[in-house]
Amino acid sequence: MTEPINEKRRQFLVGATGVVGAVGATCVAVPFVSSWQPSEKAQAAGAPVDVDISALTEGQMLTVEWRGKPVWVVYRSAASLAKIDAVSTELRDANSEKSVQPAFAQNAHRSLKPEYLVMVGVCTHLGCAPLYKPNAGTITPDWQGGFFCPCHGSRFDMSGRVFKSVPAPTNLEVPPYRFLSDTMIRIGEQDKETA
Amino acid sequence: MSTPNNKPSGQDKGVDLLAWIDERFPLTQVWNEHVAQYYAPKNFNFYYFFGALALLVLINQLVTGIWLTMSYKPSAADAFDSIEYIMRDVDWGWLIRYMHSTGASAFFIVIYFHMFRGLMYGSYQKPRELVWLIGMMLFLVLMAEAFMGYLLPWGQMSYWGAQVIISLFGAVPFVGDQMATWIRGDFVISDATLNRFFALHVIALPLVLVILVYLHIVALHKVGSNNPDGIDIKKHKNELGLPKDGIPFHPYYSVKDMMGAAGFMFFFALVIFYWPEGGGFFLEAPNFEPANPMKTPEHIAPVWYFTPFYAILRAVPDKLLGVMAMGMAIMFLFVLPWLDRCKVRSIRYRGWQFKANLAMFVVSFVALGYLGTQAPTAGLTMLAQVFTFTYFSYFVLMWLTSPMEKTKPLPERVT
Repeated sequence: MTEPINEKRRQFLVGATGVVGAVGATCVAVPFVSSWQPSEKAQAAGAPVDVDISALTEGQMLTVEWRGKPVWVVYRSAASLAKIDAVSTELRDANSEKSVQPAFAQNAHRSLKPEYLVMVGVCTHLGCAPLYKPNAGTITPDWQGGFFCPCHGSRFDMSGRVFKSVPAPTNLEVPPYRFLSDTMIRIGEQDKETA
Repeated sequence: MSTPNNKPSGQDKGVDLLAWIDERFPLTQVWNEHVAQYYAPKNFNFYYFFGALALLVLINQLVTGIWLTMSYKPSAADAFDSIEYIMRDVDWGWLIRYMHSTGASAFFIVIYFHMFRGLMYGSYQKPRELVWLIGMMLFLVLMAEAFMGYLLPWGQMSYWGAQVIISLFGAVPFVGDQMATWIRGDFVISDATLNRFFALHVIALPLVLVILVYLHIVALHKVGSNNPDGIDIKKHKNELGLPKDGIPFHPYYSVKDMMGAAGFMFFFALVIFYWPEGGGFFLEAPNFEPANPMKTPEHIAPVWYFTPFYAILRAVPDKLLGVMAMGMAIMFLFVLPWLDRCKVRSIRYRGWQFKANLAMFVVSFVALGYLGTQAPTAGLTMLAQVFTFTYFSYFVLMWLTSPMEKTKPLPERVT
């Protein structure tokens, strides 16, 4: 004689097997998913970079590589610094409240020393490198100088603050940095008291 | 006589072998079901070449791709040079590489015609929804495949194109940045990114593509092919139970498709030999410079087949909303079978609303495709916004107007 099928028991066994199997599959997925994370080597590559700015003259910009990204150092003239406040009503985040920067750079000039702007040259929209356009009128008729991203047309002022109605959501990022001397900047570190 | 009568002739031997196989594997059965006795409507026109052509281009990509991996080096230090090595030093390497790189563009030309055919003749409608859905999945995987392949030459456009597209994930609230880092395997596009894209491009995604193509055909052969009249050929059958307006795929359409393949390969060869860069549309000029993470090219645009979606992304002046609009542009196509509420399939018998709507959609798609290749000026961005609006209006109008369309009477038999 064959026993009658116990449907409830069968359902329970199928369900229990399914749950255990799903837990197992999730556990197996962990190493596969985690292996896509940056490796230890990639994480260790973030050492600070020293920049000699003694040759930088007024209005010039130099670019160095830090953590694989371009970092700009711009020597702003007193004249262009004076115009910074004039555009603040056209900016999306004039006080840098939603943007990434060390506390010492949360001001209109977004830097430690007003004349030297240090900034990560990566557009906060989709990661292109914006262009340095210091001359008035080069991008729009009332352009006061700043940065322009050629990919999707985002515009930033001379402090890297984003204008309204462009795709980039926040101001350009300011990395941690400190002055080792008057002509030497270390990018990737900052003094404790300025943090 | 030297030949004894009981020894089977060559033909009999073949029959014996087939019988031997058929006892162990359903060879004849599968052949008949999907080829020799698969009855397709007899009124297929030009647009029905593109399914078979897509298969041909897929095979071209697989074969040339396998050959390219034999000389290509997937590392940030060697990738660019290894492409130049293939182009200059490997025997016929230039040909195999151009067959692959222009093959990608040919693939999208073929697929866009194939999809347009579906839109025109209502091939997505009941009962072919799954054929359409699997096809849309194929389109999505094909885009991922093309995108990852474009990083491999490690030129300026490879690098910055990948930078922009992976940064799209950064728009996702809260976990976006971690997701982008996870995809890159680094904080910037790097050797790790190149290596994993290589693995996905040559193994994972082609495998998915082939499986989906198989499912696409299985689903199609279950419900049968649509036709330019959009009517069911199974309604009128002869005394053998075969559709009166159907003809077996082999030899009728196998031979016809070979004709189409010959015509296609003629033009394909012309492009490969005389116009392999496609005027900067198939291979973009900045990609002849090695990747430089410090400098974005003055003007960056994706390869032409992504530009309609790219133009939509740029048209929206907000990061998250732009990414969402671009995603929606593709997602809406997925649900098209449920947006079209008209019972008539083919454009031949549908109302003016459908025709005007489809025409506007094609114009929007082409215009967005053009705008996506251009630098973003205020005027062009405005234009892109207009066409983004008309692109999406296709789906909304389809849903609104399809139930009240004044359709023409359908013929009993195919015309």
